[in-house]
Amino acid sequence: MIRILRQIFRTGIVTEPLPPAEEEIRVIGGKLEEAIKRRFRGSLTIREVDAGSCNGCELEIHAINNPIYNCERFGIHFTASPRFADMLLVTGPVSRNMEIALRRTYNATPPPKLVVAVGDCGCNGGIFGESYASLGGIDKVIPVDVYIPGCPTTPAALLKGILKAVDGNL
Amino acid sequence: MLKEAIDNVLGTAAAYTERQFPQSVVSCTVPRERFVDAAKAMKRAYALLAAEWATDETPFGGGFAVYACYRWGSEYLIVRTEVPVDDPTFPSLTKKYVPAYRFERQIHSLMGLVPAGHPDLRPWIKFEDWPEDSWPLRKTFNASTPLPRVNGEYQWVRAEGEGVYEIPVGPVHAGIIEPGHFRFQAVGEMIVNLEERLGYVHKGIEKRFESFSWQEGVKLAGRVSGDTTVAHSIAYSMAVEAIAQCNIPERAHWLRTLFLERERIANHLGDIGAICNDAAFAFMLYQAMRLKEMLLRTNLELFGHRFIMDRVMPGGVTADIDENGKKEILKELDLLSKDFERLVNIYDENSSLEDRVRDTGILIPERARELCTVGIVARASGLNLDCRLQNPFPPYDRFEVNVPVLISGDVHARAWVRVEEIRESIRIIRFILENIPDGSLSVNIAQPSPDTSGFAAVEGWRGEIIYWVQAGPRGEINRCMVRDPSSVNWLGLEQAIPGNIVPDFPLCNKSFNQSYSGHDL
Repeated sequence: MIRILRQIFRTGIVTEPLPPAEEEIRVIGGKLEEAIKRRFRGSLTIREVDAGSCNGCELEIHAINNPIYNCERFGIHFTASPRFADMLLVTGPVSRNMEIALRRTYNATPPPKLVVAVGDCGCNGGIFGESYASLGGIDKVIPVDVYIPGCPTTPAALLKGILKAVDGNL
Repeated sequence: MLKEAIDNVLGTAAAYTERQFPQSVVSCTVPRERFVDAAKAMKRAYALLAAEWATDETPFGGGFAVYACYRWGSEYLIVRTEVPVDDPTFPSLTKKYVPAYRFERQIHSLMGLVPAGHPDLRPWIKFEDWPEDSWPLRKTFNASTPLPRVNGEYQWVRAEGEGVYEIPVGPVHAGIIEPGHFRFQAVGEMIVNLEERLGYVHKGIEKRFESFSWQEGVKLAGRVSGDTTVAHSIAYSMAVEAIAQCNIPERAHWLRTLFLERERIANHLGDIGAICNDAAFAFMLYQAMRLKEMLLRTNLELFGHRFIMDRVMPGGVTADIDENGKKEILKELDLLSKDFERLVNIYDENSSLEDRVRDTGILIPERARELCTVGIVARASGLNLDCRLQNPFPPYDRFEVNVPVLISGDVHARAWVRVEEIRESIRIIRFILENIPDGSLSVNIAQPSPDTSGFAAVEGWRGEIIYWVQAGPRGEINRCMVRDPSSVNWLGLEQAIPGNIVPDFPLCNKSFNQSYSGHDL
């Protein structure tokens, strides 16, 4: 136990003081926190759906939950059930075999709801394009509010995209 | 060894080809009725089945062909058999080799060849709402047209009896992970059977390769499974370099290895954290994620991408390292190994964690061998398999890679293999930075000759990745077979689960951490 405590204290709070290149995250984070307070009473609940991705975008969505980006401090929380969600964060392309599950998840999310398409593949199918197995971007199946391109999309771009969805007039 | 075993049984019935590269990978064609004899001979020679796949060879004027690839030690041997168009059946190998079970369901579903004698011909990856005669891997199939949906129902394995109930999970899971369906039959808390159903993220990758040029293909290979982007790009590139009979500069090999080992450390760190987190020890997740993020940032700074995606291509690499970069990595590794060792001590001494991870989700060595598992899963269950050791490319041939092998086959063993591998990767990276030779980064690749094939096996962080590519009549990609470690290791999870309690499933699953995308393709 003593080792655990020592490691915790030794580590301290690693949550960004950001390196200069990512100064923008602090700015985005501040705006995000403010917008979430105003529009969502301080708590934005997200359900992540992998509709067919290569799992690259999932890694970066994990990263915004790590102690350095620590998206919970802005009021962002990932939930297990679409029933609690304000926002669906969907990675793509939408595979034919996931189409029905994606529609069901969308329908299980109570309105008003926001849908954010993540990654090049979520935006337009990316390298997988449209084929017998891939339907292309998320908007081929459900309405999308905001698109976040990138392969995979970076943590900074993710936070920016979520902000754009929360605070429409960015 | 393997070639002798084939010759002893089949004699002149096995026709060897010179058109398979590298030529150290022996390939022969046997008559269809002797396909199982070849498998028996391989089984007697202690070989494992590495992959089984089918090709449509009508562009060459032939019919279909089925290939089985066997491995023993550092040897690979491919047995091919021809299947006529008007009688698309071949003898099933499932009774000799268990992993053929899934490979053949896949061949049946996607190529429309019937494995005669296969015990379970339910579709795999192809869903019940696809038209039955849609076989995407056939050349007559038009990949750009959407498939209509038809009615159909999947026949699940049923367990019956007093108190048996079912828990369906997925495809959309509770966490931020990929989709797949698991169906548990349980009595009380104890799981009596687990059936996996995968295929949700099938994106038609193998078919898509056929519309790409050899150079474009590497981008797609890098997206077969995003967390293994480096290893897949290397495996694809090596297969293409083999078929084009081209040697790449020594420095390019060393840089690839540097990227590959960094990918291994980053993913293992994430896994160790996530395994502990699933045993309610969140401390480790946050500590490990912090270290992983440090690595990803260095990657971005030095190589221009957090996961070093698209930095490997057929012919070489597109990113280099200079003296400052070396210093930076060495500094990072010092920090990493100091902190990592502290965390390992904490893991080792935490009795409540030990209570969860020991004796949970056991895959016994006999079963691991029977299922022909690879990578971390195999090494945690007593199989000494590692391409870095058995099929080394430079610089792995310059030093001995210490491969950890444990025999308990439980969650702890799979976590501990990762711990040891991180230590080893740190050592390897230090060696690379000290000894990397000067030279150019890439060479041009010639167009492969028609009707040749190339093979490559690379040890990614999950395990052995195999690519087999075939050039068509104009030298284009006729077929690109991808065998991610997940294709075989998912079977291991299914076998490790019965007897465990339902709440331990996430923990067991995390300790395997197989790729859905790499399996579904």
